[in-house]
Formats: sequence, C-alpha cells, structure tokens
Amino acid sequence: MATHAAYMTGTKLSAGSVLWSWITTVDHKRIGQLYGVSAFFFFLVGGIEALIMRLQLAHPDGTLVGAQRFNELFTMHGTTMVFLAIMPMSAAFFNYMIPLMIGARDVAFPRLNALSYWVFFSGALLLHLSFLAGAVPNAGWFGYANLTSTQFSPTHNIDFWMLGLQVLGISSLMAGFNFIVTIINMRAPGMTLMRMPLFVWMSFVVQFLVVLAFPAITVALILLMFDRFFGTLFYAPAGGADPLLWQHLFWIFGHPEVYILILPAMGIVSEVLPTFSRKPLFGAPVVIYSGIMIGLLGFGVWSHHMFAVGMGPVADSAFSISTMLIAVPTGVKILNWIGTLWGGRIYFSSALYFSLGFIAMFTLGGLSGIMHASPPVDLQQTDSYFVVAHFHYVLFGGSIFGLFSGVYYWWPKIFGKLLDERLGKVHFWLMLIGFNVTFFPMHFLGLIGMPRRIYTYAPDLGWNFWNLVSTIGVFVIILSFLTFIWNVIATTRSGPPAPADPWDGRTLEWTIPSPPPVYNFATEPVVHARDDFWVQKHGDGHGSPPRKGAPAAHVDTVSIHMPPPSYWPILLAGALFVMFSGALVSIYQVVGGGLLTLYCMIRFMLEYHHQPDVGPAAGGHH
Amino acid sequence: MAAEHAVVAHDPNIGCTGLDNRKMGMWAFLGSECMFFGSLIGTYLAYKGKSINGPGPHEILNIPLTSVSAFVLLMSSLLMVLALAAVQRDDMRWGKIWLFMTALFGAGFVGFQCYEFTHFVHLGLTLQTNLFGSTFFVLTGFHGAHVTGGVIWLLSLWVLALRGRLGAQDSLKVEICGLYWHFVDIVWIAIFTLIYLIP
Repeated sequence: MATHAAYMTGTKLSAGSVLWSWITTVDHKRIGQLYGVSAFFFFLVGGIEALIMRLQLAHPDGTLVGAQRFNELFTMHGTTMVFLAIMPMSAAFFNYMIPLMIGARDVAFPRLNALSYWVFFSGALLLHLSFLAGAVPNAGWFGYANLTSTQFSPTHNIDFWMLGLQVLGISSLMAGFNFIVTIINMRAPGMTLMRMPLFVWMSFVVQFLVVLAFPAITVALILLMFDRFFGTLFYAPAGGADPLLWQHLFWIFGHPEVYILILPAMGIVSEVLPTFSRKPLFGAPVVIYSGIMIGLLGFGVWSHHMFAVGMGPVADSAFSISTMLIAVPTGVKILNWIGTLWGGRIYFSSALYFSLGFIAMFTLGGLSGIMHASPPVDLQQTDSYFVVAHFHYVLFGGSIFGLFSGVYYWWPKIFGKLLDERLGKVHFWLMLIGFNVTFFPMHFLGLIGMPRRIYTYAPDLGWNFWNLVSTIGVFVIILSFLTFIWNVIATTRSGPPAPADPWDGRTLEWTIPSPPPVYNFATEPVVHARDDFWVQKHGDGHGSPPRKGAPAAHVDTVSIHMPPPSYWPILLAGALFVMFSGALVSIYQVVGGGLLTLYCMIRFMLEYHHQPDVGPAAGGHH
Repeated sequence: MAAEHAVVAHDPNIGCTGLDNRKMGMWAFLGSECMFFGSLIGTYLAYKGKSINGPGPHEILNIPLTSVSAFVLLMSSLLMVLALAAVQRDDMRWGKIWLFMTALFGAGFVGFQCYEFTHFVHLGLTLQTNLFGSTFFVLTGFHGAHVTGGVIWLLSLWVLALRGRLGAQDSLKVEICGLYWHFVDIVWIAIFTLIYLIP
C-alpha cells in the first residue's frame, strides 16, 4: 500500500519497492511496458535463432548445426516470433494506447489485465524451459499431426510446445475479453464508435478474432494432449483418424491469427499517416469497414494453407475464391493510405518512414500472396522458399515495420523523451535494405526449387549465390537494430524531453502530458468529432474555427481514485504454471497446481468483494 | 431520471453503454466458448462412423438413463432462475436454498456422468478403444468439467451467502454465474441431441 501511495504521488522508492510495484501493478501503462520489453527481448531471441539458421545456410554443406538442431531452430523461431514477439508487441500498444485513445483511466478489468501479462510470461517461460530440459520443440511452428505423435516424437519436445502454447492461448483469450469490454464500455462521452481512432478500431477487430479463433487451437492442442498423454486416437491414422483434422483446426485458428498479427500494424499506420500528412485519413469509414471485412473473410480462407493435401477441386476453388476476395478490402486500405498522403503537407518523420516502408513491403507480400491463392500456382510454390519469402514480407515487412512505426510515433508519449530522428532514419534505411537483401532472394530460391526447412544443400544446385546474399542481409538487419538500441540508450541518457504533443497529433493521447500521469486524464475528455484534438486546434477544415477547449479547471489529482496494486495476478499465473508444467513431471503436481489455481482464483475474485469503491477505475461512465 | 443517472454514475462497473463491464465480459467469454464447443462437436461429427472397431454408440448409449440426467440438468436451470430472483429481492433464506439446490442438481448430473463413464469402461469402451471412445469421452468430459466448474462457482456463492456476505447488492454476481450455468445447459442440449438422439 505504501508503494502504491508513493507511485501515485511520484515519491522516490528503494529498488525492492520499485520491483514490487512492477510485479503487483495493475496500471495499463506499466503492463503495456512489460509487454513491450518482453516482446523486444523475445524478438531478439527469435532473431538470434534466425541468424544461426542463416549462418548454417550461407554455404552449401554447412556444418554449424546438425539437422536436429536446425529443426529446433526453425520451430522455435516461428513460434517465438508469432506468439512471443509480434503478438505481445501489439499487446503492448493495445495496453498502453487504447485507454488513452478512448479517454479512459484504465481498462475495464485492470487485475485481469495484469493476469494476462503474467500468464503470457508463464507460457513463454514454459516454452523456453525446453532449452534447459534439452527437449526443444522440433515439429515446426504449426506442428502437423502425426509428426507430433508419441510414435514419431517420443520425448518431451512436443509436450513443451503444446503446453506452452496452451498457456499463451489462455493469456490472449483473457486479454481479448478485457479489450472488447474496454473498447465498448470505457469510451469517453461523445466517443461514438465511428469517432474512434483507427488504431482502436483495428484492435477491436483483432480482439474478436482472438476470442473466436483461439478456441480452435485450444481444442486442437487438447486433442493432441489426449493423444500424447492418454493414448486417444484423434490424430492416429491406424485407428481410422484423419491427420487432416489437425490441419483444419490449426488453420481455422491460424489464418485469423495472420490478421491478428497484421491488423494492429494497419491500425498504427492509419494513425501515423494522417498525423504526418496533416490531413484526415482518406475515407476513414471505408478503412473501418474493410478492417471488419478482413476480420470476417479471415475465417473463410483457412484451407488455402492446405491446397497440397488434395481436398478436391470444389474445396480448392471455394477457398481460392475467398482468398482472392480478401485481397479486395486489403487493397482498399492501401488505396486509402496513399490517398491520405496525396496532397498532404507531409512531414517526413521516422515514424512516417516506417509506415511508408510498411505500405511498400506489405504490398509486395500481398502480391506474392495473391499468386499462391491460385491452387495450381500454389502447388509449385508450397513448402518452398517462395512461401518463406511471402510470409516474411507480410510479417516482417508488414507487422514489424508497422509496429516500429508505432514505436517511433508513441515513444515520446510513453517515455517522455524524443528519439533521435536522424538515427531513426538510419535505422529505417538499414532495416529496409537488410530486409530486402535477406528476403527478396528467397523468392528466386523458391522458384528454382529450394524447399523450406532443409538444414543444408548440395553445392551443385545453383542455390549458393542467393543463399549467401540472404545471409549477408541479416547482418544489415542486425546493424539496423543496433542503431535502434543505440538511439534508445543515447536519448534516454541525454535526449530532449518530449512535449505533450510533439507531432501536432490528432487523437486524445496527445492532449495529456508525456509521459501520462497515473490517472491519464485529470478531467474526463468530451469528444465532438473524429480527430477531435486536431479539430480543437485547427478547425474541421470546412470553415469552422478552432474550438477553444474549456479553461483547465483546477483538479485535485491526488483525490483521483485508481485501482490499488494486487499480487493475486502473479500468484494465480504462478499456480497455473505449476499445474501446466506438472504435466511434464507428475500427476501430483498437476493436482496440487490445480488446487492452488482454484484457491488463487477464489482469492482473486473475492479481493474486492463488498468494497465497490476500491473497484476498477471508472472511465466514460457519465 | 436524474436520481437514477446519479446512481449509475457512481457504480464504477457501469460503462458508457449503460451496461455492466462484468456482464459484458461474460458474454464475450460465452461467445468464445461457443467456438470451443463448436470445435469439439465438429470433431465428434467428423469422426462419426469412422471407428474401425466396436463398440459403437448404438451398442453402448443408454438413452432413457441419460434423459433423466439431462432432465436433472435442465431443471437446475429453473432453480438457478429462482436463486437469482430470491437474491434480487434480498430474500437470502430462499437465495441460499435455491443456490444450494442448483449446485446439488448440477452435482447430480456430474454423478450420473461418472456412473455412465464407469459403466462404459466396464462394457469395453475407453478413451483408447476407438474413435467413438476418444471423441465421446473428450466431448462429454469437457462438458462435465464445465458443469463441475459451475458447481464449484455456485457452492462458493452459497458459502458466501451462508456467511452473510451475499445480498441483493451482489445479485449481478449471481446473474453472471447464471449466464454461465444456462450456457452450459444449452450446450448439453446440443450434445445430447447430436450424440444420443440422432441415430
């Protein structure tokens, strides 16, 4: 309690108290930072795994790692980048920015939010304990049955993977419920759905994808768990089962997952472009509708991952058509982004560079995607490096460029320091060049027949040159991220402090100080338009003059009530970890962990029973 | 209206739509649960009739017996409604009785399921016997686990009520538990129809 009071008033604390205050925090801004730091850490881990693979493939007959180690590397690289880097990096922005952008003091369920983070942490830990146990997952990030059966994977490798993903799924689901309620119910007065910032809108679509898609992988993993632990026959062809069941369940989750990874980046780009073009997003409602369309169609295209398994001409045609259809709302967005730039008074900031990089690289990835929407073409490209090139263009060229646009855009708001713009542009150019040098040659390699996931190749196949080029590109990417880390260190030490509104922003987060106070808004904002802050400063562009905000009334900010910290989220997550990891140790640990989980859950739920005034902070409830 | 508005403004759980955060969160959770049971039921249907050896559903399933347990579960939904109504009017004497009865009926259903599972194992159907065994036990087992979770939830509310810590001001907590309970019942109607009634 003492630490909470000190945090609220900004008093200096001892190191132990600081650590305790982070462990027990329920503040969405701190949880956002925890997600961001974890995501960047795992981004580097996944990057190192990629580096080792590229070094192995730089020359034919590479001997750096063997075939088994290579299997582990590509499995953990994919799993880490999808679940432990891009998703939590998006979650960092959901956490930090959504309450600020809708004018709320926190999310709907602050303690549940902390629980989501700590469960994510447990899942990441469980997955990586496999390195210590010497049983690293090795069946690829989509773990096709029946390679994952005990017959072909008798050790704990797959167990770590399936239990870790199960825990991570629980975290994502809880966060999904929390943000759906937050976005529907915590908006400031006047913030109608159609006035919501585009980033909030795209995040909103993402939350629906999460809560509707994750149950499919949860079930797929449960069935796998029963097969491996209890000898059921779900994926056992000998018992009459069809291993394609896994592929269907996995991709019913897996394709919406692709949009879970890209839509937050699209939302960020839709904030950055209007700000630095100094004009409204072109056709904003259409961008919203096309985001919703992407979300809906995203559930109807999963089998395009499975053209090669022989589903027959009818299914192939149907999924081919729906896949080509989903390119339409995506193309609409690209048109709208370019329309936003058109005729704008453009300020070329680092954030804008990354957004422009996003549009260009994502378009390239989309074009190769359209190619393998056609089954005959896909049959040539599937499981080749062409596909590896494609999904790195949408995930790295798309998601990572978009997310780093957000990093440069919101950094001053989050940390109260301006990043160096010159170093930011150096980061951008190195990343753009390194990215293309690494991944563009993979198109050629795929088309001349190099399969994905091979640990080495013979020297006479004509693949030597482009593999070497690709590996050289990785070092340029490493250089780009060293530039970013240097930028962060240098500006944190001696950079200029950031003003509240460094970019002449358009949305509510720029109306409050950088970094924001614990309570975000001293008085609840009232919203009259989309881009309300811009309209306040500059008028609506149709002749109405700038609107003077009400004179700042003196608010006694000390009396603003914020939810106090809680240690039950981390304890409950710990209990879940004990239960899930018990599956690898003994049944007693599972039962003990289960009982502990139940106990923590009841304590968690009753923490504020009959103390309604200590409940969650209110936002938008007038 | 003005007085009502003031009351609403003081409850930190009521958001800008006038709806309670916790109730909306439960609806989002139930939406997700639809996909969860949808995937399990889809798996059952995909493997229906694909077992390469017996015993099959028609040799094993005892429809009259399970109809009784299904009836018990459906009646528990009625008791849940009565429990909520009692708590809402702050009649905690009946509130306690109906909460306990709801939990008891739910536990009765789980008891039936334990008996059914044991009986089937004696008849030679286990998780490992064939695809019917795998899909049947996992689907109905996860439903049973949901009912068990609901029973624990109801008993927790009942214990709170016994200690005098549950009253009309907490009726929303009972209502949310009720939403979950009715959902689990509805899922059983789907499972019962698909597994037991459709030949």
